[in-house]
Amino acid sequence: MRYLIKRLAFLAFTLWLAVTLNFLIPRLMPGNPAQIMVQKLVGEGPVNPQLVRAVGIMLGLPRGTLWHQYVLYMHNLLHGNFGVSYTYFPYPVMSVVAQALPWTLILLGTTTIITFILGTSLGALAASRRGTWFDTTATITANFTATFPFFWTALMALYILGFVLHWFPQSGGYNAAMMPQWSSAFVISAVYHSILPALVIVLTGTGGWLFGMRNNMIHVLGEDYVRLATAKGLPRREIALAYGARNAILPNLTGFAMSLGTLVGGSILVETVFSYPGMGYLLFNAVGNSDYPLMQTIFLFITIGTLVANFIADILYGVLDPRTRRGGVSA
Amino acid sequence: MKTVIDSVLSPIGLLWSNWRARLGMVIVGGFILIAILAPWIAPYSPTSQAFGRMLPPSSAHLLGTTQLGQDVLSQLIWGSRTSLLVGAAAGGLVTFIAIVIGLLSGFLQGWIDDALMLLTNVALVIPGFPLMIVLSAYIPVHGVGVIIVVLSVTGWAWGARVLRSQMISLRSRDYVASAEFSGESVLRIVFREILPNMTSLIAASFMGAAMGAILGEAGLEFLGFGNPQVVSWGTMLYWAENSSALISGQWAWIFAPGLALALLGVGIAFINFGVDIISNPKLEA
Repeated sequence: MRYLIKRLAFLAFTLWLAVTLNFLIPRLMPGNPAQIMVQKLVGEGPVNPQLVRAVGIMLGLPRGTLWHQYVLYMHNLLHGNFGVSYTYFPYPVMSVVAQALPWTLILLGTTTIITFILGTSLGALAASRRGTWFDTTATITANFTATFPFFWTALMALYILGFVLHWFPQSGGYNAAMMPQWSSAFVISAVYHSILPALVIVLTGTGGWLFGMRNNMIHVLGEDYVRLATAKGLPRREIALAYGARNAILPNLTGFAMSLGTLVGGSILVETVFSYPGMGYLLFNAVGNSDYPLMQTIFLFITIGTLVANFIADILYGVLDPRTRRGGVSA
Repeated sequence: MKTVIDSVLSPIGLLWSNWRARLGMVIVGGFILIAILAPWIAPYSPTSQAFGRMLPPSSAHLLGTTQLGQDVLSQLIWGSRTSLLVGAAAGGLVTFIAIVIGLLSGFLQGWIDDALMLLTNVALVIPGFPLMIVLSAYIPVHGVGVIIVVLSVTGWAWGARVLRSQMISLRSRDYVASAEFSGESVLRIVFREILPNMTSLIAASFMGAAMGAILGEAGLEFLGFGNPQVVSWGTMLYWAENSSALISGQWAWIFAPGLALALLGVGIAFINFGVDIISNPKLEA
């Protein structure tokens, strides 16, 4: 219980910090985004100050003292009001983000689970057959794939599997002739379009889990109780699974925070390469169009998503391994 | 003098005896050599626009030319300087921050440790790459220097955490206690007595950070959030993508910079693998 409260407090603190950081970054950075935006809206040449103010009010640009702005910002945040998007004016940011969110959640959710299962099993297999051709092949392949830049793997997959072989569509999240809806034809089209981005993320993301699991398991397999199990004459398979993998899988979860961060960053690049209609591609476009409200909201959503996912992983870890509950935050 | 040379050479010799680390050192060394010798080995100036535009690979231009008529091979050779500079500078800065925060946090217990650990855990869970994008969107000047700073600010948490754990296990050793009794200052104990015992861990986190920085820089520049006028592997990929290089069959223009990035990454990873195996021989495959 104490562990749960501690994790909850950390989640609450990081959430508050992320929200505040999101408020402070644009205000502490040099340059005036509002001015740039007004300039962009009214075109080149000298700008009438009254016009600047009028446009500013229309877009809901911040006014008043910093503290006043902060209170207003928090108030708006709690009511799900993130302002108006500059690029998709007059649509509110929230509705633009709501359209992109499911795409990324599904793509990233599935690939996170696949990379974990795939990497952990391959790592366990490599550790239990240490020194064999399988171990060597797996670790060297993972060495290569894990260091391939996400966007380059994406470009190569796009070129070979999409452009040359025409096995998969080259861009978008669904057939552009269709309207997003819950029909079987649309879902099939969406799945078909997501195979290539997912493949790239899995290919690049699996290596980290593989190495983590392999190293942990080799450590576990050197423990006395494994030696005892071997001396008792238990089958090799049982030792590897019930003694080795079972004890090595938990420490591997501690790498979750870093692994998720890598996947989130990678998916932004992958979505951009494939013009996939998720949060990453939206963020890329928002930055390119100087759409600051949209950009900040996406950053906030990505951060909150990562924080919550980490919280869940921490809680799972605590449930599965009683020692962490007593020890507090893993040292 | 002999002992100083030995203390530098013996870890390198130890690394050299491991085939993975040896391969990694050859790869990274090769890139460093290419970067140093760039003015002599590049066939043309990387910014000269004197050639035909979007030429496919030929004997005059082994990797073809860009949309502005620049030689791709020359850009590839000069681009290695940017990646190595970012890797060394950002990797160094990240490691420095990680050392200071990780070691102080691990050595000083109590509220300073709690505060630094909280800071580290927060920095660890806030996704780095989106933060880099947002920061670079607000900074009006774009360039390699800005990217190095942004990468350093966002990348130090993992190293700090690893070094803190190591610090906690080392600080209860006898030699630390005797240094404390002899009245040495905290800074001296941490950085002169304990730090030298963590060389392999620090080397590993430096290389991890350098690799992350090289990939991060390439990613930012690929998205066009760096300075597109700088010659680097990331901007090469940015221009190739924006000039539809794949559709016009200029595969070498996209293939080469990515492969160079991957190869440099593999080289660093292999050295790191060697460091791991030396500090934990059980991992040998």
